[in-house]
Amino acid sequence: MTIVRDLKARDKMNNLPQLEIYIHIPFCVRKCLYCDFLSYPSTQKERRDYVIRLCEDIRAKKDLALEYVVSTVFIGGGTPSLLEPDQITEIFMALRDTFCFVESPEITIEANPKTFDEKKLKTWRNLGINRLSIGLQSANDNELKLLGRIHTYEDFRAAFEMARIAGFDNINVDMMIGIPAQTMQSLKKTLSEGISYNPEHISVYSLIIEEGTPFYRIYGPQSATAGCDNTKQKGTLWDELPDENAERDMMHEATRVLLENGFEHYEISNFAKCGFACRHNIGYWERIQYLGFGVGAASLIKGCRYKNSEQINSDPHEKVGETESLSLEDEMSETMFLGLRMLKGVSLDEFKYKFNTSIQEAYPEAVEKNIKNGLLEIAHARIRLTKRGLDLANVVMSDFV
Amino acid sequence: MTDILQDHIRNFCIIAHIDHGKSTLADRIIEMTGLLTSREMQAQVLDNMDLERERGITIKAQAVRTIYKAKNGEEYVLNLIDTPGHVDFNYEVSRSLAACDGAILVVDAAQGVEAQTLANVYLALDHNLDVMPVINKVDLPSAEPDRVAAEIEDIIGIEAQDAPRISAKTGENVDEVLEQLISKIPPPKGDPGAPLQALIFDSLYDSYKGVIVFCRVMEGKVKRGTPILMMATGKTAEVVEVGYFGAGQFIPSDELSAGMVGYITASLKNVKDTRVGDTITDSQRPCKEPLPGYKKVQSMVYCGMYPSDGAKYPDLRDALEKLQLNDASLKFEPETSVALGFGFRCGFLGLLHLEIIQERLEREYNLDLVTTAPSVIYLIHRTNGTVEELTNPTNLPDPSEIEYMEEPVVKAEIMVTSEFIGQIMDLCQERRGVYDGMEYLEETRALLRYHLPLNEIIYDFFDALKSRSRGYASFDYELAGYEKSDLVKLDILINKEEVDALSFIVHSSTAYERGRKMCEKLKEEIPRQLFEIPIQAAIGSKIIARETVKALRKDVLAKCYGGDITRKKKLLEKQKEGKKRMRQVGNVDVPQKAFMSVLKLDDR
Repeated sequence: MTIVRDLKARDKMNNLPQLEIYIHIPFCVRKCLYCDFLSYPSTQKERRDYVIRLCEDIRAKKDLALEYVVSTVFIGGGTPSLLEPDQITEIFMALRDTFCFVESPEITIEANPKTFDEKKLKTWRNLGINRLSIGLQSANDNELKLLGRIHTYEDFRAAFEMARIAGFDNINVDMMIGIPAQTMQSLKKTLSEGISYNPEHISVYSLIIEEGTPFYRIYGPQSATAGCDNTKQKGTLWDELPDENAERDMMHEATRVLLENGFEHYEISNFAKCGFACRHNIGYWERIQYLGFGVGAASLIKGCRYKNSEQINSDPHEKVGETESLSLEDEMSETMFLGLRMLKGVSLDEFKYKFNTSIQEAYPEAVEKNIKNGLLEIAHARIRLTKRGLDLANVVMSDFV
Repeated sequence: MTDILQDHIRNFCIIAHIDHGKSTLADRIIEMTGLLTSREMQAQVLDNMDLERERGITIKAQAVRTIYKAKNGEEYVLNLIDTPGHVDFNYEVSRSLAACDGAILVVDAAQGVEAQTLANVYLALDHNLDVMPVINKVDLPSAEPDRVAAEIEDIIGIEAQDAPRISAKTGENVDEVLEQLISKIPPPKGDPGAPLQALIFDSLYDSYKGVIVFCRVMEGKVKRGTPILMMATGKTAEVVEVGYFGAGQFIPSDELSAGMVGYITASLKNVKDTRVGDTITDSQRPCKEPLPGYKKVQSMVYCGMYPSDGAKYPDLRDALEKLQLNDASLKFEPETSVALGFGFRCGFLGLLHLEIIQERLEREYNLDLVTTAPSVIYLIHRTNGTVEELTNPTNLPDPSEIEYMEEPVVKAEIMVTSEFIGQIMDLCQERRGVYDGMEYLEETRALLRYHLPLNEIIYDFFDALKSRSRGYASFDYELAGYEKSDLVKLDILINKEEVDALSFIVHSSTAYERGRKMCEKLKEEIPRQLFEIPIQAAIGSKIIARETVKALRKDVLAKCYGGDITRKKKLLEKQKEGKKRMRQVGNVDVPQKAFMSVLKLDDR
């Protein structure tokens, strides 16, 4: 880390706006059957070339870097834990050379069981990586197999224990609900096994059948709003997926069990022990500025959203990808539909302070209707989703776009 | 070209069953007479609406003039009037025929004579036209020109042995059509020196020229400055321009004289002043009496049309008015619906006509529409002795005030190969048809006659007919008056609220079945919402069917897309758009297409 000895400089730095950094590593051993993120199987050379490009891109931001101080880094994928220790080290060298960091930044890497060992863990620790996000998804091997995961539950156990020994004291475990063959019973097992390791953070995601994935071809289009009871389509394996009711029951069960075990439900899909909520993701919901490096990575900088090209070999100097400059209305709308993802909701005062109009004035119908329908509530000077609103968040949020 | 002699003019139209190649033949004639270079040619030149080209059908009659140099060395003016083929548009055919002296009858060499072939021939003979058969599509492997020629002679009774056997697609033998046209279709008659007498067969509104009147001059002549009088409407005007029809354009000329087909403009602002079928004469030197007009067009099918966005009501009115300028058969009057707000009750010739108008409104005028289930016109005999027409089921009086009701019936002729007779008879039976007789046209083909209630055939009869005969049956009908019938109004309740726009009238024998299917269909169409929604069908206060749309339990993006907020936003925007396209019925969001669901009850 750049050590700032000059106290004046330190003060000045503290007044700079915060910046989050996301780094996308689009490589996997094998793509899971449900996955629609940018990731590919790759050769050692492709990975090496990609890292070189990443480092160039990072260093190219040195002028912009002067205006910010970095509070979090998230290395996601894909499977970032596939990268060799020297490759990760190069990336961090580039980051440290280019950006200033706050005193204790949150630095996360996503890691899949069977893709890392003690050596990698040690390197990560030394580089300052202080948070690990491990994909468990399920503690049942048959479910893991149906998802197309490359690891077994036993592999997860070994990986987690190794991480603890290496000194990681902030670990997230990803779990999934609504997956093929899952039952309430099997979910309970996943929960109790997962909790037994005492992770600091647990994410519970719903399986979404995304277009273009092998699951889409197997299970067909799945739509949250259309259709009635016709979700059971003939001739597909649809029946193996828990239906919407079962899926919600599972989510409610997961929520209940996690709360019981001392986790706080702080975001639609996220649970954390006190003080361990993921700062990086909260940044997204609170519209902290962020820079994304790597293919398909998104950025929010100075009132504009950018998305890098999804083409892995595209010319870095060519302007590709998407740009959206945000109007005041866009910012208001984002403040609402992102802020509502957090269970504490959006502060009425902060909104008014920022936009010079109250939420009720800006969205009179949306607020009134959703409160009346029992999906939103106002408490402690904040507006937030109700318990039912959590299940139907899109119904509410779409009223704010 | 004003010195063209009358006997060097041929005014003709092409008639055919749908898909037998009428427009393709017209294309070839235009191409071969050099009116358009092949570079300018595109398929279906005369079908200048996008919709016509896409659907491969002719909706509106079109006229074009070409010059043909015959083998005898003489030049002839050919005025070709293209006509629609679908039964809905018979009135268009009828007006075009009145402007012609002869007709080319196109028959498909594989399919032979079909129901509309017959109907159109009879129409042409009614107008005293000479009919000249042409056998098309001889390039098809399944073509049997000899059989078809014999069929034309047997079934229609016109000479067909020397009928040109052509392929309009490849151009094979099309010159033979032109040669025969000269010899077989008579030139027009009429005295250029007599007082002006011209028949309006169509009109078109042009924002620069005003109304453009399409006419056939029967007697006398007309040119720039002629003071004209529309004999039925009494409207007078001074001619600004006359001319004839190029391919897709109007070509001014000095005058139009007896026997010619062309257009007139006279700074007319209102198409209603130039009624199709009216006679134009010289107001200073009028003819003795008007030409016989054609029978007034009757709307057969009515439905409500509403803008999805209530604010677009004036736009819808303007659009309907504009369409009406060129489509005298379109009727509309304002109405309101509790569920749908302000809109119009519109009258159409048939379901295809309805669909076409709907599509044109949506495409050409960029309107988003909600259309209610089509209804025929019922006659309500009240207990107080009065009789009224009912075009909107919502307006049905209380049953205690109704003595009895009548519904329109049609005489239908269905042509079918003998193997499918059974299935087709079953279908007619299901649709409350009364058998009227059958005759074998050939060994393997029969003409079935049925009396059918119009409301049983307007929705999907044609599709059902095609599917039960593997596409081999053809169908034509004409209105045959009204008959007393045991009809009831079926109401639909969504979340206990009656939805006026979904009410429809149905025969009591099928009410239960229809109600049940309607509820099932609506259950599919209405997305789940925050609460459970009962859907009920009722006759009066009696509920006859019920379905339930269960409450929505999950609609949340419980997945991490990382910082890709734009993607999240797009998902939400799409959802919002979807919501916007819904109609609020009470506190239930109903998708617009649900209002058309009665149409799709018979999906088999």
